[in-house]
Amino acid sequence: MPSPATISAIPFGYGTGAGTAPRDAEAHLARLAGPDKILSRHAAVTMDDTLRLADEFRRARKRREALGGEAAYKAAREKVGAAFSAAATTALARIADTDDPLRERLLWLWADHFAVAPKNIVMRAVAPAYLDQAIRPNVTARFADLLKAVVTHPMMLSYLDQVQSIGPNSPAGKRRGAGLNENLAREVLELHTLGVGGPYTQDDVRQLAELFTGLSANHTDGFLFREAIAEPGPELVLGRTYGGGAPDVAHIFAVLEDLAIHPATAAHISRKLATHFVADDPDPALVTAIEAAWRTTGGDLMAVTEAMLTHPAAWGDTLEKARQPFDFLAATVIALGVRGEDLTRMPLRERQRAILRPLRAMGQPFMEPGGPDGWAEEADHWITPLGLAHRILWSGEAAKRAAPHAQEPSVFLKRALGDAASERLTWAVGVAETRADAVAIVLASPEFNRR
Amino acid sequence: MASNLTRRGLLKGAATMACSAAAHPLMTSVTFAAAPWDARLVVLILRGGMDGIDAVRPVGDPAFRAARPGMSDPGVPLDGFYEMHPGLAALAPLWAAGELGFAHAVSTPYRDKRSHFDGQDLLEAGTAMDTALPRDGWLNRMLQTVPGLEGETAFAVGQDRLRILAGDAPVANWAPSVRFALSPQAQLLLEQVYEADPLFHSAASEATLLAASLASEVDAGETASDDMMAMMQERGGRSERALAAFAADRLSRDTRIAAFSINGWDTHRNQAGPMNARLESLADVILTLKQGLGPVWAKTTVLALTEFGRTVRENGTAGTDHGTGGAMLLAGGAVRGGQVFGRWPGLSEADLYDRRDLMPTADVRAYAAWAMRGAYGIGRGVLERDVFPGLDMGSDPKLLL
Repeated sequence: MPSPATISAIPFGYGTGAGTAPRDAEAHLARLAGPDKILSRHAAVTMDDTLRLADEFRRARKRREALGGEAAYKAAREKVGAAFSAAATTALARIADTDDPLRERLLWLWADHFAVAPKNIVMRAVAPAYLDQAIRPNVTARFADLLKAVVTHPMMLSYLDQVQSIGPNSPAGKRRGAGLNENLAREVLELHTLGVGGPYTQDDVRQLAELFTGLSANHTDGFLFREAIAEPGPELVLGRTYGGGAPDVAHIFAVLEDLAIHPATAAHISRKLATHFVADDPDPALVTAIEAAWRTTGGDLMAVTEAMLTHPAAWGDTLEKARQPFDFLAATVIALGVRGEDLTRMPLRERQRAILRPLRAMGQPFMEPGGPDGWAEEADHWITPLGLAHRILWSGEAAKRAAPHAQEPSVFLKRALGDAASERLTWAVGVAETRADAVAIVLASPEFNRR
Repeated sequence: MASNLTRRGLLKGAATMACSAAAHPLMTSVTFAAAPWDARLVVLILRGGMDGIDAVRPVGDPAFRAARPGMSDPGVPLDGFYEMHPGLAALAPLWAAGELGFAHAVSTPYRDKRSHFDGQDLLEAGTAMDTALPRDGWLNRMLQTVPGLEGETAFAVGQDRLRILAGDAPVANWAPSVRFALSPQAQLLLEQVYEADPLFHSAASEATLLAASLASEVDAGETASDDMMAMMQERGGRSERALAAFAADRLSRDTRIAAFSINGWDTHRNQAGPMNARLESLADVILTLKQGLGPVWAKTTVLALTEFGRTVRENGTAGTDHGTGGAMLLAGGAVRGGQVFGRWPGLSEADLYDRRDLMPTADVRAYAAWAMRGAYGIGRGVLERDVFPGLDMGSDPKLLL
């Protein structure tokens, strides 16, 4: 039966590893409350870098249209691809080197809650900045701040078509006969805040879409608010009036503030947190406790996370969830003791072969969820014959590469799973014919694929 | 537990594996006992909400042109009232031969929230809106009514989860792209380890076989350059054709039922391009099935279903938003094609659902139920009680020959 230290390391991190994982809730929370130290080793992508990269690509594309220049275009496109795949290896490198794994888990939880996928090459260049600038600094902030950062990020504005949406009665709308796109407004209500069961109607979606007009982005500044496309007049969302007078992004922030502390939002997201970290069907008492913290603090995510982590129901001794493919790769990195620099130095081709293609094959292509609802939580979504086949394949390959440096199988087992290994797995590791087989069996085992 | 972990246990594991290995396409020359039926059924799930009004255009409705000013490219005339989207032009010979039809103004019981995810869940669960979602899908529940089915009678094809085939009846899975990995002894040990966890155990025997034997010849990812965007663009149509070719191959042997997804129908903006590409891909899938099935095409019914239709009026970005009523497609030598089934509700504002969406005049489940009744002779009582609980199938639309 796993000890509390193992529970601390597996459901709330990426595994026990060499022993740097926080051993209890207190240690997790202390590190989480401190600065985001790992950025000093693996720096955040800045919006300026991102805009420069996107701009370089756009110029190359333009030049090609005007005067040919296929090679330069291709080079610019590959540079974007390299930056995108580097975001995956950097993410794994941070996990490899951090002593604050809960922060990384929260990053991916919120990135999934506010799921985006690049629709084109320019947005592929922008995607890493979405993680590092919109999500990462806000994982311990107020939910309203996170929501505002997301809703004003070019990545989300592009992904859910907000950049195309124009108030029909705005100056631009009248001139061009252009109109609304309600995609972002709908998903903010359905997915990001109230939840699909929440108390909103089609009219609320429509009015929120009208209020959202003006949210836009350009190539030099990233986000900007364009008054010329904003629908004039007040909008009624969930029975409250927003806006009226001169268009202002402050009206949009006002509705987001209200949505962030709406009881339906607290209930929806509290359940999601418990579902993500603890069990596909979490203990209602746990959900209630998280929800209470949300309501009393107005959605302070540090307090909300603390409420989850300090609840006894979060410390059950069975590992019920399946690790999603990215978490599975990250856990392998920890178990095998791969260093961050081994990952960040990986040549492009190797990144594709060892990280990006396997993620795709296991059903979780990096930053490309199938839709704005993000990845599935249910264990049986991931542990299918095909999904498991790809995990076995990857385990085999990782083991072959790691075997020459690997420790004794029994030592490796301990490092990979702490005291969560079953008697049966311990036996199988003992009778495996080669060290590589033993490592592969550990990596492909049910224990290692759960959290 | 220790007694299981003996050499005898391992040998028993090996025997089980050899037995299930016989069921594997690349490892067998054994033929199975015939399935209880001869008819073939393919269900395509069009995820994202296909715009039925664009796919099968009601050009005879006086309100159509005003609602869809952007859809002025000429379609393929069907019956004087409807035209087919030009992206489906490759299917015109099938329409002429009576092997292609549509049903219009259909929907699931799903209403109002217009969420893709809930909509798809309900489409595949086959239940009414106000009941708890069952864990199994309607195609699996249909299989459950037939005792003694072989494991390959039904195939879930592709990487996507197919809730429609999930459930207690045995269903085989296949998708392109898997490579070899472990030593045979490691595989046996793993199977032993998996036995202790029901979730892993249920996936394990097929997973280890897949991991061991399926080659990567159809994996676009292995041959393409590192340029991910090019790969992404190519991936769509080519991989769907691979799924269709695989399904046709299985169906021309012992398999009777196959299902897979065709994604990408969520056309919120600049709909013309993606809609054309998606419909061309759908047409390609159907023609690939026809070609691969050969003479078996005559016994085949293909149903293409989506979670909901889209708004009647174009939105401000030359696209359409989530709606309610939509269209379904029927193809195959077994269908009574050359017609558009269903009662047309009209497009004037008063005729619309919620003053924005096509008003559904039939339940898409009723068509699916009549198709299964026609193909497999499943009793109406079973269909209305077990497969689609609470459904009223209504009068027989005579979908099949």
